[in-house]
Amino acid sequence: MEVLVASAIGVLTAAGIYLVLRLRTFPVILGMSLLTYAVNVFLFASGRLTIGAPPILRDGVTTYTDPLPQALVLTAIVISFGMTAVVVMIGLGAFLGSDDDHVDDQPQGADAEQQS
Amino acid sequence: MSHWIILPIVLPALMAPFIVLAARFHIGIQRVFSVVGVLLLIALAAGLAWHVADGTVIYYRLSDWAAPFGIVLVGDRLSTMMVLLTVVLALFVLLYAIGSGWDSRGDHFHALFQFQLMGILGAFLTGDLFNLFVFFEVLLIASYGLMIHAGGNDRLKAGTQYVLYNLIGSTLFLFALGAIYAETGTLNMADLGRRVAEIGPEETVGIRVAAVLLLLVFAIKAALVPLHFWLPSSYAEAPAPVAALFAIMTKVGAYAIIRVYTMIFPPDLDVTSNLLETWFLPAALISCAIGAIGVLAARKMDRLVAFAVVGSMGMVMIAISLFTPQGIGAALYYIIHSTLAAAVLFLVSDLIRTGRGNVDVTAQIPMAGTFLTAGMFFAGAIAMAGLPPLSGFLGKLLILQASVSADLVVWVWAVVLISSLISVVGFARAGSTVFWKSHGTLPDLDTDENKEVATPPTILSYVAIGGLFALLVLHTVFAGQVHGYTTDIARDLFAPQAYNSIVLDTPGKLSKPSEGH
Repeated sequence: MEVLVASAIGVLTAAGIYLVLRLRTFPVILGMSLLTYAVNVFLFASGRLTIGAPPILRDGVTTYTDPLPQALVLTAIVISFGMTAVVVMIGLGAFLGSDDDHVDDQPQGADAEQQS
Repeated sequence: MSHWIILPIVLPALMAPFIVLAARFHIGIQRVFSVVGVLLLIALAAGLAWHVADGTVIYYRLSDWAAPFGIVLVGDRLSTMMVLLTVVLALFVLLYAIGSGWDSRGDHFHALFQFQLMGILGAFLTGDLFNLFVFFEVLLIASYGLMIHAGGNDRLKAGTQYVLYNLIGSTLFLFALGAIYAETGTLNMADLGRRVAEIGPEETVGIRVAAVLLLLVFAIKAALVPLHFWLPSSYAEAPAPVAALFAIMTKVGAYAIIRVYTMIFPPDLDVTSNLLETWFLPAALISCAIGAIGVLAARKMDRLVAFAVVGSMGMVMIAISLFTPQGIGAALYYIIHSTLAAAVLFLVSDLIRTGRGNVDVTAQIPMAGTFLTAGMFFAGAIAMAGLPPLSGFLGKLLILQASVSADLVVWVWAVVLISSLISVVGFARAGSTVFWKSHGTLPDLDTDENKEVATPPTILSYVAIGGLFALLVLHTVFAGQVHGYTTDIARDLFAPQAYNSIVLDTPGKLSKPSEGH
């Protein structure tokens, strides 16, 4: 199971980085989503992988899974979800405003700077 | 237990929704509440700083859970000093935003401003790495809103780059935190300091990767070369008061580096030894040089100031990368100076924009209010470039003095001195083109469309910049006391036993779990 989870994280990260390097708004945002999936699984796995054990520590329970990474993942999911929504809105605004979805361009001000 | 320490976070967190919900359509009421909020924060921050000035560490356990299990807020001399610096800067920036009318050019400026303050203050006060991530996100999401305040295509485009760059930074931060948790089983900074020291020499792979990842994240925030590419466009396109407030955000990165790499991964730790020495100082030297060259090459005032910020962060990082009490003490002195100087310059570049409608470094017609603006630019440039008599000179002198015993001392001295010279030339070029040559060009009154845009700045704008400048003068006059204080802070950082024992050994709920992990 460790191999499966580890390679899944690796594939997600690689695909995410590839898409981020495409440097256009839509692939970059998709790539960011893949990267956040990868990091969420990674965080989840950071408390060791345990199957069928409760995340609760109480008397009589000998095998349990670490509850803290689950709380961390929950926070990370909420934050990355909100951030993705923000970047979609800002990216859409930039695209509609300048009819150009490259994220590596200099802003218009810098172009004018070079012409002057 | 003192509850005061959580108020700097709770107050803006309540003020922001109040401004959105209750005062949404009344810019006057928003302004009053925003200013009152910041004034209260200054009182709180001053109280906290005074309380810990003798070296006591105050802390706050959320829900009273004991330290490694619950989240703690910790106020020591370093964090309260940064809090005080932030809120004082925020007051003058806010006054400028009100005086120049920037806050009424879009919606929700004041609410976002309060959320931004909440994030920055939380990042300084927290004693937990994951909590630091959360406050980073709070300050970032507020900064996205402030960055594109008042809209415009260029601003949105620069905003997209800024947001994406920081999202990647946040993802890296999470990877680093996951690796740290997997290796040590804790995210509390004081607890980490103890547990990392216990890791055996044969099991260091994971923790070394985590330490480098974490440094990359903080270097992105601090705009260290080669991770500085987001800064010039973002700061130049952001509204001027926002850019002035962002002057403290790069320092959040510097603060995090200071905190983590003295408390958790101290320089004498075997596990992470030789990890940073090889490339951290060279990267800082290159940032310093790139900043100075950017100042010389910039064709717009706002980009010039943005590159000056990159250069000054390089200077701070040079001092930090020495990892000695003298180095950190000098770095903290220079952090206060460069925050104030960068804010002054961003606001002055906005005065130029107000006066003549653009910020190009070209000879144009004389603008409204040239005399005062030119004087303020001159003073700000002296401070930023590090000429006597202002605190930039003293700060650079302290950094040079601290680096005497370093291995790369020749390089440090050469880069610091030459880059200072280049930025002096850069500032002189920009200042003389904008302010002196302006009288040589005949005004073309019929065709100049800038005529309608240009208005003289308001008194409140001058008051705000003057206030920041007065702080710089005070920082120079009381340099001895301030530097003594920052050196004490640095000594505390290299002997964190008091901090650790107060955070970890004070009993709280669950302090003795029946079966821990």
